[in-house]
Amino acid sequence: MPATVKAVPDEQISAVIAEFMSLDGPLLPMLHALQARFGHIPAAAVPLLADALNLGKAEVHGVISFYHDFRDAPSGRHVIRICRAEACQAMGGETMAERVLARLGLDWHGTTANGAVTVEPVYCLGLCACGPAAMVDGRLIGRAEAGRILAEAGA
Amino acid sequence: MKVYVPRDAAAKALGANAVAASIAEEAARRGLTVEIVRNGTRGMIWLEPLVEVETDGKRLAYGPVNVADVPALLDGTLPGLGPVEDIPFFARQTRLTFARCGLIDPLDLVAYEAHGGLAGLRRALTMSAEDIVGEVKASGLRGRGGAGFPTGIKWDTVRTAEAPQKYIVCNADEGDSGTFADRMLMEGDPFTLIEGMAIAGLATGATKGFVYIRSEYPDAIEVMESAVRIGRTEGLLGPNVLGSGRAFDMEIRVGAGAYVCGEETSLLNSLEGKRGVVRAKPPLPALEGLFGRPTVVNNVLSLATIQVILEKGAAHYAAFGLGRSKGTMPIQIAGNVKHGGLFETAFGLPLGDLVSDIAGGTASGRPVKAVQVGGPLGAYIPVAQFDTPFGYEEFDQKGGLIGHAGIVVFDDSADMLKMARFAMEFCAVESCGKCTPCRLGAVRGVETIDRIARGDADAVPLLTDLCATMKDGSLCALGGFTPFPVMSALTRFPDDFARAKEAAE
Ligand SMILES: Cc1cc2nc3c(=O)[nH]c(=O)nc-3n(C[C@H](O)[C@H](O)[C@H](O)COP(=O)(O)O)c2cc1C
Ligand code: SF4
Ligand code: FES
Repeated sequence: MPATVKAVPDEQISAVIAEFMSLDGPLLPMLHALQARFGHIPAAAVPLLADALNLGKAEVHGVISFYHDFRDAPSGRHVIRICRAEACQAMGGETMAERVLARLGLDWHGTTANGAVTVEPVYCLGLCACGPAAMVDGRLIGRAEAGRILAEAGA
Repeated sequence: MKVYVPRDAAAKALGANAVAASIAEEAARRGLTVEIVRNGTRGMIWLEPLVEVETDGKRLAYGPVNVADVPALLDGTLPGLGPVEDIPFFARQTRLTFARCGLIDPLDLVAYEAHGGLAGLRRALTMSAEDIVGEVKASGLRGRGGAGFPTGIKWDTVRTAEAPQKYIVCNADEGDSGTFADRMLMEGDPFTLIEGMAIAGLATGATKGFVYIRSEYPDAIEVMESAVRIGRTEGLLGPNVLGSGRAFDMEIRVGAGAYVCGEETSLLNSLEGKRGVVRAKPPLPALEGLFGRPTVVNNVLSLATIQVILEKGAAHYAAFGLGRSKGTMPIQIAGNVKHGGLFETAFGLPLGDLVSDIAGGTASGRPVKAVQVGGPLGAYIPVAQFDTPFGYEEFDQKGGLIGHAGIVVFDDSADMLKMARFAMEFCAVESCGKCTPCRLGAVRGVETIDRIARGDADAVPLLTDLCATMKDGSLCALGGFTPFPVMSALTRFPDDFARAKEAAE
């Protein structure tokens, strides 16, 4: 895990929340924006969101925890997402993923001790005709190989 | 000289951006004037990056092109593929929904109109809501998201509902493995979807639309957001659609990595900012959908097909197809295949033709073992059933489903016990948690398959029972259909389950 999670000041969180107040059903757009800005959903955001949207804190927390995308702590500096779904498995995706994980000494969702790389599973990137597929820091890779993925992540 | 280099995510994943940059550099070095158009993909993914060069109105294809090929490409000495329309994989298709995908710059509204775009909406603006719905009913269009429900009937329910506000929600969650048609259309021809949604608005009295796109599709999100902005500036969206005095506007919303949010009621909860838990039906979303208002929820392909139905007429569309499966289906050929990509064709082609002939068999060159049709909830189909024609009823009769029309091919190295285990594991990870047979059953399913893998044959009837319980006791198709891949693997590939036993002894 990355060593410390720096506390994010309330004003910064509230500023992000305020941008979306005019939307219908604004919670998901707010959560995406918070994560884009701070790299995770800061714990301090929960009461602020609850307050702004007139929801219970437990309800807001329930929404955040329901979705795989939202993190409660920042990821590593590089994020490798490897497709685990069927079409990529048919092209040897599982072996490839095992190689990447073994090289980094990680399990799924893990982050290297130096905070450099996080590996996440993803269930289909829509690259199923050129699998196995992966995404490194937002860059897509088709017909991916373990070495190429690690190189893209600087590992 | 005009050069087309796709901006589609699959083309980019295979190096299209580097190729485009290299073409620009090389052209500058030579003092050539080259206009680079970033089009969508033509759908022949094994040929990506597929570059097209247009000179004197003739458009010739090259691919797959890599950076080292660029000098020869500009010299005119690179061996080519000829016009895209002559490549057999493309020539054999009937492109209705995907007519413009890959042909034009996706964000060029002028090119869109020059290739038939907006004609459907213009015609709809001259028709009554009832007549538009009638046209969609007559086309025979059925929902392309999986369930195959007649689109016109759904629209009629929303049209006749009384409410101060109605919504059109486009389901762009495309979570099924082996499917990418929604992505391809949104990245390659976004105005077709916008036009279809505007027509749906006219037909039902809805003035507001949402497109819910999965977060795994950043490129599609970007193109759709740009297209909506352009649509507003150019008067396609807003208070006065194409100067008609009628209003329709829309927003792009992004999912958050939950497969179950592709289920329509879960999606509506997610749009409202709630946990993506499935709602019990009734009430139907058509009567009480988004924020409790009458709502059309349709898949990207259903809505994108409305354009051509209104442009060319219901009869033109309904003339294609087989039985009650009318029109064309954009079939996505994926997994271990030589020629993977999008193949739009009239319903009715036998599965075996798609796999052996059109896809050219496996990429590995080994024999085909199984094909999973219809995503992670679809059955594994053995070669013995390759004569099944591609149609809703035809697959249903074989205990399968066509779903969103993804076909994933596996060669003989596939271990079907592992695939069955994966189906259960996926269900366990993605279950919304509302029903016990799904939430706990899937976890038990993984454990039971692990017992079988360790050689415990007594676990086989347990697995069969568990699947029956999940099928009967689940509210939605995630828990209810996971037994399809599991049971098809078990019953059609029994050796893989028995072999595991011998290995353990
Ligand atoms: C678990 C689950 C996932 C689904 N995922 C999708 C999806 O990603 N896209 C989609 O259009 N429909 C999906 N559906 C089907 C939708 O519930 C719904 O039937 C569809 O959006 C209706 O649109 P259509 O009539 O145009 O097909 C899913 C259903 C279930 C049960
Ligand atoms: S079957 Fe599973 S995913 Fe569907 S409603 Fe029940 S618990 Fe939720
Ligand atoms: S299955 Fe891996 S990208 Fe679709």
